[in-house]
Amino acid sequence: MTETWQVYPSIIPLYVVGISLLAVPLIVLSNNRPNLREFWTLGASIVKFLLVFSLLPNLLSHRIALFTLWEIAPGITLTLKADAMGVFFALVASSLWIATSLYSIGYMRGLKEHKQTRYFASFAVCLSATMGIAFAANILTFLIFYEILTVATYPLVIHKETKEAISAGRKYLAYTLSAGILLIAATVLTYKLTGNLDFKAGGIFDPTSLPRQRAWILFLLFLGGVGVKAAIMPLHSWLPAAMIAPTPVSALLHAVAVVKSGAFGVLRLVGFIFGPTLMHLYGLDILLTTLACLTIITASLLAFRQDNLKHRLAYSTVGHLSYIVLGAALLSPAAFAGALLHLLNHAFLKITLFFCAGAIYVTMHKEKISELKGVGHAMPWTMGAFTIATIGLMGVPPLNGFISKWEICLGSLQAGTVLPLIILIISGLLNGGYLFPIIYKAYYTGTPHPIKEKEPYIMVVPLLVTISFAVLLGLFPNGVFTFFDLATGVGKEILRGFVR
Amino acid sequence: MISHNSPALIPLISLGSAIALPLIAFKKKALAHPFTLLVSFTMVILSFYNIARVWQGERITYHFGGWLPPVGIEYLLDPLSAFIACVINTVAFFVLIHAGGILEREVPHRTVPYCALILLFLCGANGIIITGDVFNLYVFLEIFSLAGYGLIAVGERAAVVASFRYLILGTLGASFYLLGVGFLYIVTGSLNMADLKRIIAVIPVNPALIAALALMVTGMALKMALFPLHGWLPDAYTYAPSTTSALIAPIGTKVAAYVLIRLLFFVFGIKITVDTIPLLDVIGYMAAAGVLYGSLLAIAQKEMKRMLAYSSVAQIGYIGIGLSLANPMGYIGAVLHILNHAFMKGALFLVAGNLRNGSGHSEIPRFDARLRKKYPGGMAAFSVAALSMIGIPPMAGFFSKWYLSLGAVEKSNWVMLAVILISSLLNAVYFIRIWERVYLIKGNEENDDTLLQEKEPLILLVPTLILSFSLILLGLGNSFLVTKIIARIIPPGM
Repeated sequence: MTETWQVYPSIIPLYVVGISLLAVPLIVLSNNRPNLREFWTLGASIVKFLLVFSLLPNLLSHRIALFTLWEIAPGITLTLKADAMGVFFALVASSLWIATSLYSIGYMRGLKEHKQTRYFASFAVCLSATMGIAFAANILTFLIFYEILTVATYPLVIHKETKEAISAGRKYLAYTLSAGILLIAATVLTYKLTGNLDFKAGGIFDPTSLPRQRAWILFLLFLGGVGVKAAIMPLHSWLPAAMIAPTPVSALLHAVAVVKSGAFGVLRLVGFIFGPTLMHLYGLDILLTTLACLTIITASLLAFRQDNLKHRLAYSTVGHLSYIVLGAALLSPAAFAGALLHLLNHAFLKITLFFCAGAIYVTMHKEKISELKGVGHAMPWTMGAFTIATIGLMGVPPLNGFISKWEICLGSLQAGTVLPLIILIISGLLNGGYLFPIIYKAYYTGTPHPIKEKEPYIMVVPLLVTISFAVLLGLFPNGVFTFFDLATGVGKEILRGFVR
Repeated sequence: MISHNSPALIPLISLGSAIALPLIAFKKKALAHPFTLLVSFTMVILSFYNIARVWQGERITYHFGGWLPPVGIEYLLDPLSAFIACVINTVAFFVLIHAGGILEREVPHRTVPYCALILLFLCGANGIIITGDVFNLYVFLEIFSLAGYGLIAVGERAAVVASFRYLILGTLGASFYLLGVGFLYIVTGSLNMADLKRIIAVIPVNPALIAALALMVTGMALKMALFPLHGWLPDAYTYAPSTTSALIAPIGTKVAAYVLIRLLFFVFGIKITVDTIPLLDVIGYMAAAGVLYGSLLAIAQKEMKRMLAYSSVAQIGYIGIGLSLANPMGYIGAVLHILNHAFMKGALFLVAGNLRNGSGHSEIPRFDARLRKKYPGGMAAFSVAALSMIGIPPMAGFFSKWYLSLGAVEKSNWVMLAVILISSLLNAVYFIRIWERVYLIKGNEENDDTLLQEKEPLILLVPTLILSFSLILLGLGNSFLVTKIIARIIPPGM
């Protein structure tokens, strides 16, 4: 992919962002008719996915859809641009929204949850914001959708309306709103320095206009802004707290859409704002690599201590998000591609694990790992999927987790360091260390409980679908939506012309 | 004829109708409110007409009685004054629609004088904005202030004391201003703003001129409630009737801020306010302290109107910060914030009024989820306005902060940048507190449920919703306002 990209005007990116926003009033108005209400959610999710998908053929022939709405501030337009990286992220989030919507219906009805309308409406807004983040063509557009996502997630975090949920909500807002402030500061400074906020592969700064000290301050501001959502330690502690939310929220938002928006932000920051040359010149890549490695190891160790299943998965998410950060920080084409691929692969694996946790909660009302005795016999499909996903997260071939890890390891060698490679191998073992005891507990610690309830199909089907995709992505990394080509293309484009 | 006289029409119409109102509503008291509304509507139409004319590039001056300036009184419509007049009359119109639903309750038996006072108040505000003469400005300032004292005093029992306090401090402010005008007249021999600007640019700077500037700015800072001269504001806003708070909070302090902009940039000029004495820096740091102080005290308040009042102290600080930066972005931020804050605070005070009307109180510790059930529309309006206050894009409030931050960065003033951004978080703290109560804390269903009115009347709900939801439009369309109107008149020398 060395040819130049052609840009063509198209309104599809706007439709992608708008479709779920359009669904919100419909969802709210059909408050009293649950079936109709869920029809809107499902309909919007399917249409959204198809719209994103329709961008793919043009993208593969090097044509990028661009839609400019209007000038939102003098000199800065509200612009949506469906470039390769954006479409990649949008495909991941929108395809998983379909699965999550189905699963949500089973989960929310299974538990007879209150305020389901608010739940589904907020969910739709979150997805709009995520698409906006994926397609944002400049930092201000990104910032706008990033903040909308922050606010729209809040009603989902406090859904239970208990004291615990409210305090988790406070923690969530304290972290994310502060991050938003840092991001605004960084955006303003960037605008002052460059007079231009458009993302550009390879970076928008001219090294001569950005001395080292200022570059560090600016980078730290940006990193604070996107790093909170990407849960880079020590900015991670809102994420385990936010696990109080209903499980589909933890599954799609706190394993895919919200946290990956942060990780996506890191990728934009490294590849499209600072650029590899500047990152390397000022040693910013070393800072980011160090932070990512520390996060990977610490999060994995902390995961051991969690007895609450969702909390353990949350710490696992913290660790895996830093795989993506690490991939970006290594500044090599393979590692960058690996980062993007891990954004995809981890999404499918972790959402499966969360779906399993939710299915167990709905069927057997168990949240703690120590209570999972015999669950494997009572819920064979669920625990089967859980086992496969665990193996995938460890990075065992031929599952999809292996591909991205392989690429990042390869990138680590391209970058001329071995330490990240070692960290990744250790992390794989630690992953097994904290996830296998769950499987052991589920299968080998006793006879099945006299359980009458069966696994609800509406929840089992989505999780089987996601795990099947995870397996498929491992076997045919390029077979599903040409994800592999997209990722390697992005990696090459960003690092073109970068000499270490 | 209208086109020739349009600058003078707005203050004159409101003045005339304020006098005519008691006669018209003499027999039928119910006529008072519709008549006021009609006048207000006319003023909105006229101010939009004015802004349309200014848009086409006209700079309209009007000479009273045909006397030419500097001898005669001159009225001046430029993009700045036309814009601020438009903002103020529009907000006032919506607040007055809302007043139709609560006047009878809040000021029983006194609706006629109350409405007349409102018209006088608007006459004063529009006069201050449109006049091009520093002494004429003082006259309108007195009309405006005296009407304001009356509007506040008819509130709760404590309102009388609050109003008296405001009267003392307000009179002090006006006297300072008048003294300043005296000094200025001695030095320059002129009262016309355009003329003053020409003279001040050529005469050597002397202590009398500085004294004039200091006195006038102090007077206006008092009126504007710029920290630490804000002492009168919290009580006045809290105890006044809802309509008064919703009028004075968006309009009262903004008018003074407008005068400050006129004086600092269009009469004295940056040469004196920045180069000769560090006046703008003083204003800036006072404003920054006010932003933090107001936000922190707002967090501590238990009564919603009082909380909003302290929040106003903070928001006025934003305007002060924008002025002190003395660069185009800071100036744009300050002027845009006059608009944004007028809509935000207008909407929030209307919500507080709705709550008082519906449940008899607006004490935050007594809020719970019943409020949301009974008043879903009002609470939605509250949420939107609060999001804007916190500065969540693409709401209007975000863009005030955007321009102010750009201005601060332009000047490399990191303290101001930090204050602007940190105050967003402080705003978030005091609004989230209410959100949690209204949306999440379950109420005691049997307990004093009878106090709550069954539904929110449309006449209260619709203006509240319009004011708050237009914040989304104002945010999305801010670039249009900025490039087409506000940036058209950047003060010379920036």
